[in-house]
Amino acid sequence: MNVQSSDRVLAHSPAPEPVVIRERGQREVFCGLTAIVWLHRRIQDAFFLIVGSRTCAHLMQSAAGVMIFAEPRFATAIIDDRDLAGLADANEELDRVVNRLLERRPEIKMLFLVGSCPSEVIKLDLSKAAERLSKQFTPDVRILNYSGSGIETTFTQGEDNCLASLVPECPVQSETSPASLLVVGTLADVVEDQFRRLFAEMGIVEVAFLPARTSGDLPALGPNTHFLLAQPFLTETARLLKERGCNHLSAPFPLGEEGTTAWLQAAATAFEISAEVFAQTTEMPRARARRAIAHYRDQLDGKRLFFFPDSQLEPPIARFLAHETGMKLLEVGTPYLNQQLLQPELDLLGNDVILSEGSDVEAQLDRCRQAEPDLVVCGLGLANPLEAEGIATKWSIELVFTPIQGYEQAGDLAELFARPLTRRGKLKV
Amino acid sequence: MQLAMWTYEGPPHVGAMRIATAMDGLHYVLHAPQGDTYADLLFTMIERQGKRPPVTYTTFQARDLGSDTAHLFQKAAKDAYKRFKPQAVLVGASCTAELLQDDPGGLAASSDLPVPVVPVELPAYQKRENWGASETLLKLARTFAGPNSDGTSDGKSCNLLGPTALGFRHRDDVVELTNLLAALDIEINVTAPLNATPADLARLPQADFNVVMYPEVASATAQWMQRQFGMPFTTVVPIGVGATREFIGEVARLADVDADHLLSSDLSQLPWYSRSVDSNYLTGKRVFVFADATHAIAAARICTEELGFKLVGLGSYSREFSREVREEAERHGLEALITDDHMEVEEAIEALRPELVLGTQMERHIAKRFGIGCAVISSPVHVQDFPARYSPQMGFEGANVIFDTWVHPLTMGLEEHLLTMFREDFEFGSDQVPSHLASEGETRGEEPPASVSANDVIALSWQSDAEQELKKVPFFVRGKARRNTEKFATEQGLSTITLETLYDAKAHFSR
Repeated sequence: MNVQSSDRVLAHSPAPEPVVIRERGQREVFCGLTAIVWLHRRIQDAFFLIVGSRTCAHLMQSAAGVMIFAEPRFATAIIDDRDLAGLADANEELDRVVNRLLERRPEIKMLFLVGSCPSEVIKLDLSKAAERLSKQFTPDVRILNYSGSGIETTFTQGEDNCLASLVPECPVQSETSPASLLVVGTLADVVEDQFRRLFAEMGIVEVAFLPARTSGDLPALGPNTHFLLAQPFLTETARLLKERGCNHLSAPFPLGEEGTTAWLQAAATAFEISAEVFAQTTEMPRARARRAIAHYRDQLDGKRLFFFPDSQLEPPIARFLAHETGMKLLEVGTPYLNQQLLQPELDLLGNDVILSEGSDVEAQLDRCRQAEPDLVVCGLGLANPLEAEGIATKWSIELVFTPIQGYEQAGDLAELFARPLTRRGKLKV
Repeated sequence: MQLAMWTYEGPPHVGAMRIATAMDGLHYVLHAPQGDTYADLLFTMIERQGKRPPVTYTTFQARDLGSDTAHLFQKAAKDAYKRFKPQAVLVGASCTAELLQDDPGGLAASSDLPVPVVPVELPAYQKRENWGASETLLKLARTFAGPNSDGTSDGKSCNLLGPTALGFRHRDDVVELTNLLAALDIEINVTAPLNATPADLARLPQADFNVVMYPEVASATAQWMQRQFGMPFTTVVPIGVGATREFIGEVARLADVDADHLLSSDLSQLPWYSRSVDSNYLTGKRVFVFADATHAIAAARICTEELGFKLVGLGSYSREFSREVREEAERHGLEALITDDHMEVEEAIEALRPELVLGTQMERHIAKRFGIGCAVISSPVHVQDFPARYSPQMGFEGANVIFDTWVHPLTMGLEEHLLTMFREDFEFGSDQVPSHLASEGETRGEEPPASVSANDVIALSWQSDAEQELKKVPFFVRGKARRNTEKFATEQGLSTITLETLYDAKAHFSR
């Protein structure tokens, strides 16, 4: 990999490997707290208590499209000046808040104490707090902690830290257990069900998902566990699973017909499923996915695309759009490029792609305008200003809030990118 | 430490952003960690602004904490100046950066920027959004306000103070007041902060008086200008017909102009619409109000004096103006609810069972859950409360808008009668939601009987015919009818509620 590391690198060298622009400047991304927006819906008996400031609470209600759920399964314990001045013991205050919360919500079986920028700067030890409170509430409520702070995490890394906090809680798999498959990363319920059916058809029956829909449903882990990552941002979770002896099945991510097939193939190979059975299982849905994508190919073929960094989903989605819809990639930004986990994706992307890691939003905007893209993938803070300049955009946040993985969603994924262009074509005012 | 599921106000630096985003030629350099840039979307998505807020964030990360976040801030300030060339730079810190104690003001001052640097210190662990906006406007005024008027003025010019970005109908209110004042031959010297530049702020003292549009944002600045320059300011917020007339009287006195032609003409439809016989059904409708102080106080007056409603609850999250809200509540024989805990507001609404809720985005959700009509009258609001059409709250047109918006969620007169008369119509059903609320979701179940407290000696039982009759009471007052009947029965020492008891209670509590 030809890494150019400086404040700002614009030159595109004719190297045989992809160019990676590495930048440090203003980042226009959410912090890891935002992952709670989908995690709190996925794990149905869990509650997420952010230990933070009014800013954290305000972020959550603003980012979450808010207020949809009047009493959601997340809240903020807002640190105030009494806690900072030492007039109140922050730990006692936290215990009081947790007690009040669990009294109010007796159905909660798992509570995450989620660290924020202020709690980390004042060095409030949430792992000690979780340990202390666990003793009080065991066995009714399991209390864990992780960091979703902006100084430690970017957007989807919040899910990585949350899942990483679950790994030590998973029981040990007995040495005699049959080989099992673990799919890691939040998927929409409908996608999970589709994958379960496909695995079952192939003959892989021992399948678990992390996170599961209920907090008590934790998979047993051990050397007989093979795991597939459903999401590209799970660096820390993958590391901890490997530490527990689990076997990582390296693969492209299940986006599009190509990615989904390669991802399923990794499992099929590990479980020694015959090529014939694999082909039988996947043949029909592969054809369906291709047909669904074909509807959008005319609109997307040849269109030039620019990605601002947001969710780490950018490289696999870029690969899907380039290979299966014919879009041209101008720049693929990602907040963090884990080259090891993404190697299969980078192999597919080829050498003539420009990647960028990190961010300097003003410089990126300059490059974006200069490149005159047909479509820009960016966060909510940038979308309307770019539209007002006449540049079509796709909100990147929709890519984590929409079922896009697997064969049956491949057409939907293409449609997400076609829609802004279709809309522009329709509007005559 | 306070448990919060939802907050009425953001942190104080968001208040400063509302000032900076409203203005032109000002850039805000904010020392803040990665993630705090979420605040941009308030402006670009909720208010649908076509440009990014003029804010540069340092977006420091953990690895920067060990080294030099101060240097990072200075670099961000210099880069921002170079790129945006503002007339002035506002600098400050968000909650996390406040803990680092990097002193953004001092750092920016030593960065040798060729334009004025205005530091704002907004204690994030004590104060909130509106206070942050107020403090920022005051700091800017103190920095830029030039010398007093040269004495050649004819006394007929004023400033409009308070409209910000992300404000509830602020843009339209400015247009409405500008037209209203033009009709009085009063000239607008400067409107601030909306669309003002730092250079405009320098001209603030050239006006003869200030119009305080939104006290939460503008009071502190108007008071300072009164002390500093002897400039008087208005005390009436012109929301509603009565208040608009009083406001006209007040500015006419301040500018020494004749306002009779404005006061004698029918410039709002509200008085006639309210007197029109079809509005009879509005009489005594039970209304609950919760908003910022300005809009809550105005709503209390409009409800009672201009629409003939009955105010059953009044509250606000604006702690800085709790005295004014309490005084208004007392005028209506109520105790004000001053809180920023939406769960307390929900409990109050549930207990009072109003027929209409006037509130913020949060009350809209609470009312929806209870199946009660609601109109949004105050920030915080969501995207649908930035309408495409002209819809001010202030002035005579504002009163028209208010009449339409507040009356619409109520059951229409004839529909209400039909629902009451033919409660057993199979299409109505006893739990049927009025048609105007049908889009708000499912039909409502009846609330469970009031639980009998330990102090109640007698356990109450309802006879089946009384229970049946109760179902004929419209759903939104059924819970209240049940409670009143049980209260009445308990007071009378009855253990069984009959049809007679039900109607005796109705007569007893009849309003």
